[in-house]
Amino acid sequence: MSQYILRRLMIAIPSLLGISAVLFFVLALAPGDPFSELATNPNVPPEVQAALRAKFGLDDPIYLRYLHWLSAMLHGDWGFSFVSRMNVDTLILQRLPATLYVIGSAQILALLIAIPVGVYAATKPYSLFDQIASTLAFIGFSLPTFFTGLLFILIFSVTLDWLPFVYSTDIKATGIRWVLEMIRQAIMPVAVLGLFQAAYMTRFVRSAMLDVIRLDYVTTARAKGLGQAKVIVKHVMRNAMIPVVTLIALQMPAVFGGAIVTEQIFRIPGIGSLLISSILSNDTPVVMAVTFVFACLVVLFNLIADVLYGWLDPRISLR
Amino acid sequence: MLDKELRSMIGDVKDGRMDRRAFIKRVAAVGLAAPLANQILALGGVAMAEGVSTYKPTKRGGGGALKLLWWQGPTLLNPHFATGTKDQDGSRLFYEPLACWDPDGNMKLVLAAEIPSVQNGLLAADGTSVTWKLKPGVKWHDGKPFSADDVVFTWEYVKDPATATVTIATYRDLKVEKIDDLTVKITFAQPTPFWADAFVGAGAGQILPKHLFADYIGSKSREAPTNLSPVGTGPYKFVEFKPGDLIRGVINPDYHMANRPYFDTIEMKGGGDAVSAARAVIQTGEYDFGWNIQVEDDVLLRLEKGGKGKTIYAVGGDTEFIALNFTDPNVEVDGERSSMKTKHPLFSDPAVRKALSMLVDRDSIKKAIYGRAGRTTANFLNGPEKFVSKNTSWEFSIEKASKLLDDAGWKPGADGIREKDGKKLKLLYQTSINGPRQKTQAIVKQACQKAGIEVELKSVVASVFFSSDVANPDTYPKFYADIEMFQIPLSQPDPSQHMRRYLSSNVATKENKWQGTNFPRWVNKDYDAAINAADKEMDPIKRAALYIKCNDLLWEETVFIPAMHRLKVEAAANTLRPVISGWANETDNLFDWYREE
Repeated sequence: MSQYILRRLMIAIPSLLGISAVLFFVLALAPGDPFSELATNPNVPPEVQAALRAKFGLDDPIYLRYLHWLSAMLHGDWGFSFVSRMNVDTLILQRLPATLYVIGSAQILALLIAIPVGVYAATKPYSLFDQIASTLAFIGFSLPTFFTGLLFILIFSVTLDWLPFVYSTDIKATGIRWVLEMIRQAIMPVAVLGLFQAAYMTRFVRSAMLDVIRLDYVTTARAKGLGQAKVIVKHVMRNAMIPVVTLIALQMPAVFGGAIVTEQIFRIPGIGSLLISSILSNDTPVVMAVTFVFACLVVLFNLIADVLYGWLDPRISLR
Repeated sequence: MLDKELRSMIGDVKDGRMDRRAFIKRVAAVGLAAPLANQILALGGVAMAEGVSTYKPTKRGGGGALKLLWWQGPTLLNPHFATGTKDQDGSRLFYEPLACWDPDGNMKLVLAAEIPSVQNGLLAADGTSVTWKLKPGVKWHDGKPFSADDVVFTWEYVKDPATATVTIATYRDLKVEKIDDLTVKITFAQPTPFWADAFVGAGAGQILPKHLFADYIGSKSREAPTNLSPVGTGPYKFVEFKPGDLIRGVINPDYHMANRPYFDTIEMKGGGDAVSAARAVIQTGEYDFGWNIQVEDDVLLRLEKGGKGKTIYAVGGDTEFIALNFTDPNVEVDGERSSMKTKHPLFSDPAVRKALSMLVDRDSIKKAIYGRAGRTTANFLNGPEKFVSKNTSWEFSIEKASKLLDDAGWKPGADGIREKDGKKLKLLYQTSINGPRQKTQAIVKQACQKAGIEVELKSVVASVFFSSDVANPDTYPKFYADIEMFQIPLSQPDPSQHMRRYLSSNVATKENKWQGTNFPRWVNKDYDAAINAADKEMDPIKRAALYIKCNDLLWEETVFIPAMHRLKVEAAANTLRPVISGWANETDNLFDWYREE
């Protein structure tokens, strides 16, 4: 087992190197630079802009810049943001809590809805409950989050005036009131994201369950006189969960990566909004760091999913 | 003639026969910005008026929280590294200049004790030096005293090329020396009619504490911890900063202005977009003030109905213009398009340029797009309030434009497009991606079509259009199109830097890596002569006349077609009394903000 993990980690190194190279070159080839806002300010002569480009090494050949970046990264130096002249790692760490809280809660909400609903719908396929669940799920994942987000804002903030639509990281309250405020302001973004994910996962769980529920060994278990609950939970779900685990594991990097659209709509200062604002201002070191961390997380969670298979289904052996 | 008139008017003001306001109105009528008019008076021997404060509260604090919404949040808090006005705005909450500009373009004292003038002997009559007296007893937020050393240090810090500041242009050609602890003298390399640039306003004027930055001058500048946690002299003390997201501050109980500030805490939240920022201020009232609300007017009008806030406008000198290319963008000479060795095949005929300016329907652009946030104008150089040069005019008339083209020999071809000598009137019209700009393009295109000119529209992402990337063909200085539209903010209440851009020697070419600022590539000897004369001209009255002449030359030659004189648009809660100047950053007059219950 540990040998298997070690081997997988070794394989990950070249793929991460490849990913970083592709990311870096694509970003370097993208047009624009971080100082474009200076260009239209007549108080800033063009030489200043050129001097800044030279100082930040933007005029060096691309391969040299990549090697610089790579060696710095290996030493744990993530570089600094061109736009805020702040270290990239502090910038990312500052944004992480909000993303973990909001996107993490949304994922949990999605799972809490998707698994029971999906499982129950699969046990009674084409029943009224299944029909309703499927229809709602279909509507849910057809509606993009920017639409539901704006709809929620219009209903709950503008019309009813119940919930704030600007997420605030400094709530001026302590103790229980602070907790309540944190929950209150997260309701809309969590609901928007969670319901979208739930809709998508419900369909997935349902079809995974349906695949397994028809198998002979389930019929055998039933024939032996086992109760419905026991059959579903112990025999069907455990097998049906394998594809679901893959899906969830691949969703996990997103918990760290943030949700660009939702974060932008509700002004959540998370990784997603950091990424989009850095892309728009051509702040390459930040974009590079965020995307690279994201790539590492995808590789890592893939590995975790593979390890989990072995636990869920002992027939899958890891060598 | 203008000279004499102005001179006698200055005499009238001096003798008390004419009041200052009347003078400014009169000068504005001939095309002078109010701050410049005030400086003319100062140089003419009349002391500059101090801006009148509208501040009412009679005690410090007690105003609760002030919540500001900047939909592009500040990303750093060192004003001399600011990549945009948002960073200057954020820094200005804590740092201060010697003086700032009020809505009328008058100077307001901040850290200075007295406005320099020729009478009080602080301003040299020949404009070669200015002396500033500093307010005594001012303290930095950490308790250290503020003194002339800090002012001198700020100059040393900014002018060092290794520090890599963006404000270097303001400081590199002057010398700052300490006379005593509360007096500094600025000596200019040459007579400088606009003496109030260094250490004035939020753009370049914010003063840094020497004791905290002294170790971080030059190449170590990025490592200064105070880049992200400022210690200033301002009305609010720094508490917390998260780049792009949030700035927090609390009241400075030792602030050097009486009864100020009004609010106990301040919060500047970043992120999102302009429309939802308008909504959070005007409709739901979650925030007190929203910055730069560039939103269509009917949306704002709808939000304002029964809302908790309103929009406010400030007049500055920002002009949205269409620039005409005087070189040929479609012919490559020595690896360079729009080369100075070519002439634009269509625009070399002045009739075409003139006709085009008649086809820009400024009234419709105002009505359909900018609404209350725009004013129509014929001038390239626009000032506050009544800045309308009497010499210029504009009109929209498809018939007159058609007739002009007919007379010049441009006849409609079989496809309805005018042509002459085998050249068809087809134009490529580029701008950056931005809602109002695309709509303006559509309005212009429609009128042109009716007059037999075919217009192809192109829009480029703003970060590319305004980039300094030499390799990119779509940047505005390369100008690989026939006409292009954008705006260059007049961030300083003086036209000199703005107008110098279009000197013949500043043409953007491959040789200077397109860093030249004259992107229309328009070359005019009279213009050059007037600008160069204005730069050296110490007589403020003659200088003013020269800039008016330059504006009129740009108009006569149709180098630019001004589409709109744009105003600053902000959103504010109904009870908030913000002070916003078109000549300064939004937070420049923050010490005078209060709430009326």
